[in-house]
Amino acid sequence: MKKEFTPRITSFLCKWCSYTGADLAGTARLQYPTSIIPIQVMCSSRVDPVFLIKAFLNGSDGVLIGGCHPGDCHYETGNYHARRRFAIVKSVFDSLGLESKRLKLSWISASEGPKFARVANEYTEEIMKLGENPTRKSIFL
Amino acid sequence: MSSIIIDTSASRKVRELLRFLLESGKIDAAVTMRKIPEDSSYDLALITDASNLDEAVPIVPVMTVNAGQVLSSISTSGKKIAVVLKPCELRAFVELVKREQGSFENLLTISHTCGGVFPLDLVAAGKIEELLPKYEKIISKGEVPANTRDTCRACEHFIPMNADITVAVAGDCESGKGCVMYLNTDKAEEYAEGFSGERGELKFDPSALKKMLDARLLEKEKLFASITEDGPGLDRLLDTFGKCIGCHGCNSVCPICYCLLCDFESANFDYNLPYFEEHLSRRAALRLPPDTIFFHLGRLTHMSFSCVGCGMCSDVCPVGIPVAAVFRKTGEKTAALFDYVPGRDVEESIPVMVYKEEEFSDIG
Ligand code: SF4
Ligand code: SF4
Ligand code: FES
Repeated sequence: MKKEFTPRITSFLCKWCSYTGADLAGTARLQYPTSIIPIQVMCSSRVDPVFLIKAFLNGSDGVLIGGCHPGDCHYETGNYHARRRFAIVKSVFDSLGLESKRLKLSWISASEGPKFARVANEYTEEIMKLGENPTRKSIFL
Repeated sequence: MSSIIIDTSASRKVRELLRFLLESGKIDAAVTMRKIPEDSSYDLALITDASNLDEAVPIVPVMTVNAGQVLSSISTSGKKIAVVLKPCELRAFVELVKREQGSFENLLTISHTCGGVFPLDLVAAGKIEELLPKYEKIISKGEVPANTRDTCRACEHFIPMNADITVAVAGDCESGKGCVMYLNTDKAEEYAEGFSGERGELKFDPSALKKMLDARLLEKEKLFASITEDGPGLDRLLDTFGKCIGCHGCNSVCPICYCLLCDFESANFDYNLPYFEEHLSRRAALRLPPDTIFFHLGRLTHMSFSCVGCGMCSDVCPVGIPVAAVFRKTGEKTAALFDYVPGRDVEESIPVMVYKEEEFSDIG
């Protein structure tokens, strides 16, 4: 039997919102796939573009940033900066013909457990469609 | 603002201006290209005594270092300095000033319309003098010399954006004969007061360079197309950067990469046994030194929107990777996200320092 492909989605989740949202999804016993590998960060702006690139080159099938909704950042403007940097990384990927669909940013508040579960499910499905990240197979990276 | 008609070669006229400025004590130092007397090569020189100006060739299609990078370490000395720079060097310095790595306060900036520079291997081979006459003919006709740096041929910003003084050498006059020096600012008028030469009220007219602009835009299209967007991305990436030996020469000569300690040279990238063990647990082999491709992707996201396309990085690459072309092409896209043009305006913040509440509504 062919082994079903389980994507690995490295997820940088802001402690003040999305990480708590993920927790809430858990305590509410909402189903979401094991593909999400959570890493807690203090703010979405803590995620340097090189984190995304490193995760991508190391074979993550998807990379997710979860931050507070615009206007709600604990540090007031962090997520606006995160959004600009994310736009830059996406544009670099597109310009080089890399799959920018493997990168995602989502605003999920601490109370949005269901949204977290939905994003996790939908994104996992999307990544399943894309298949394994070719960087996993490329040995000389 | 006034203009000065150039009755000799443009380079000589600028040298005379530097001499006048130094001798009259209006400046403490001049930064200019210089012909090395002992051989047929060139360098950039910081000159404090007018007697050392004899070998100066302020306008020459050679860039041994991006002058913007050098200025960042001397512009805050408190000394008055006149500097002759190419348009992209000036733009690079503007980018550095935005990053608090220099100041225009004590500088008089002299720039010129630029026909592009020759790659350093031609400089090292001592070929410049023999190439110059043809080069000057070509640029005076508003055409693009074939043997200059690829990003120069593809550069549409060959008219200085914020110079105190602009010397027009391309498009409308030959090897400086009958060229015009335009004083663009009050500072320029002040410094040039008392300098010889026929004054006029001429205004710089960029339309004289339309032909050159069109030719450059065409070259740009060709250059960008040579780094294609389609096809399997990862393979393409390996094709482009696979040869990289990780020397970091490209970032050490890049004027925009000013960080004293680049992340990629920090302890974050000290490779130790656990690093190798961890990697080899997932991969069957690892490239040494590691992270050469990561380095380029990282640098692209960190600074490509400020790339001025000077071409220094490609020129120093020992394995012939078209670094500058990739950075220019990607940089044009990343800058366009914010309607940004590197070096256009010193008051304009770099895109990662500011934000708008309403933007990128498709993200998030
Ligand atoms: S990336 Fe290359 S072309 Fe761009 S500014 Fe730096 S050295 Fe110049
Ligand atoms: S100069 Fe060339 S070989 Fe050296 S790090 Fe840059 S791209 Fe790689
Ligand atoms: S604190 Fe959550 S995004 Fe800044």
